[in-house]
Amino acid sequence: MAKQVPIVDYLVLGDPPRLEVSTCTACGAGFFDRRIRCGRCGGRDFERRVVPATGIVRTFTIVHRAAPGTPTPYVSAVVELDDGTRVKANLLGVEPDPKAITLGMKVELATFVAETDDEGTEAVAFGFRPLNGGKGFSDA
Amino acid sequence: MPEDVWIIGASMTKFGRYPDKDVLDLAAEAALAALDDSSTTIADIQILAVGCLFEANAMVGQRLLSQIGQTGIPVYNVANACATGATALRTVIMSIKAGESDIGLAVGVEQMGKAGLLGPAGQGKPKRKVFEPRGRYGAVTNVEGVLGTQLMPGVFAQAGMEYAYENEGVGFEQFAKVAEKNHAHSTLNPLAQYQKRFTLDEVMSAEMIAYPNTLLMCCPTGDGAAAAVVASGTKLKSMPLEIQRRAVKVAASVMTSDPWAEGGQAQPDVNTLTRLAAARAYEEAGVGPADLDLVELHDCFATAELIHYDNLGLCEPGGAGEFIDRGAPWRDGSIPVNVSGGLLSKGHPLGATGIANVYEVTQHLRGEAAERQIEGARVGLTHVIGLGSACCVHILTR
Repeated sequence: MAKQVPIVDYLVLGDPPRLEVSTCTACGAGFFDRRIRCGRCGGRDFERRVVPATGIVRTFTIVHRAAPGTPTPYVSAVVELDDGTRVKANLLGVEPDPKAITLGMKVELATFVAETDDEGTEAVAFGFRPLNGGKGFSDA
Repeated sequence: MPEDVWIIGASMTKFGRYPDKDVLDLAAEAALAALDDSSTTIADIQILAVGCLFEANAMVGQRLLSQIGQTGIPVYNVANACATGATALRTVIMSIKAGESDIGLAVGVEQMGKAGLLGPAGQGKPKRKVFEPRGRYGAVTNVEGVLGTQLMPGVFAQAGMEYAYENEGVGFEQFAKVAEKNHAHSTLNPLAQYQKRFTLDEVMSAEMIAYPNTLLMCCPTGDGAAAAVVASGTKLKSMPLEIQRRAVKVAASVMTSDPWAEGGQAQPDVNTLTRLAAARAYEEAGVGPADLDLVELHDCFATAELIHYDNLGLCEPGGAGEFIDRGAPWRDGSIPVNVSGGLLSKGHPLGATGIANVYEVTQHLRGEAAERQIEGARVGLTHVIGLGSACCVHILTR
């Protein structure tokens, strides 16, 4: 099997793969990137925390015009995970059609190989696919 | 008690594409017109602030003075994304309030040409051959389009759709109505880059860029400049009566950046800092949204304008869909918004935008807006956002 690396360091490959945030030990704010102090409270100390793999679609767009080399159309979304953490990613396994996507629909984390470099290493990216198999449904 | 601050001259070039001119030609045209408008010359000016985003490191202010008069005054070259022009204006305002100057000039200018909707990202990038983590997220390759989109059309589409998630009565049609309105308004503005009306159906069936924003719901790129001459209340009293009569008061000048908000790292939050800026501006000016006769707000995309109805308190909380459905922001509605045509049709040369909107409101408050005059206008608000983010709100009164 080809060597795999995560496309960003807040994706941790494993079984199952997961997203991790750097969490302020003082106020609990979570950050996907490396922070010097907490942007919310100024706290100095952080610890790694695994965030939930399921959540809901807070918003999305269907991108039709993109930078060269990006296949279109695709669905970009902001997902609110079950602990309130929000993350941006593509929706996977849904038709790029507004009728197929419902704001508030439940989704779960999934990974895929995004690109392979000249040494054969695979960059693994993440997205979210609808829970319960395929079609979008309203969470109401 | 800080000095009162007044706009005594304002101008903008027609926005469009000027392949035969450069940034200095455009900036000088706007600056000289604003000086003429205030019956002053460059010799009267004590401070110059210039915003030009694409040439932020190129001393555009000093190079402008070399074209229109090198008087040795302090020059500030500023950059704040799409709030660059407003930041230049605010730099002059702060200097006057601080008592260091009593008359100054602010210029915003940009030459984008046909940059394309996606900016530099539209040009593509060479591929890295071997994965290696870089940057604060440890990304091993370009993540645009892989982990969602961070380009402007999609970001603002998502900002609009998030409002639709949180509130009733908002969808593709409500967003499209914003563009229908602004294109219609632009037909009365000879300085607008485009002056063409489209039906709602034409807006909705135009090429889809990033759902729900079609091509006609995205602002164009372009070239242009705008300028304002600003004076203290004390200085104004010493000036000819005709200048005093036409002067417009800066009743509020506010800038904010992003306070921490949940989700702000997943996607730029254009709401919180706008709400903060609006609240401070209303308090500073002693007016409320109901007092506004016109608003020029940052409609870089149709989805952005709709959510700012709510952020600026122009509609009931959650009521932006109903607000556009009943025609409230049209020029004959209860709070006319973007009667200039807005960024969507007037154009958006980045550095010029945050002064061009002040020019627009100034013209109405003076009763000099010709065909598009909002009759009896006495209070107007301008708003810009530079993503990343910087928000400026100015309230002008007479």
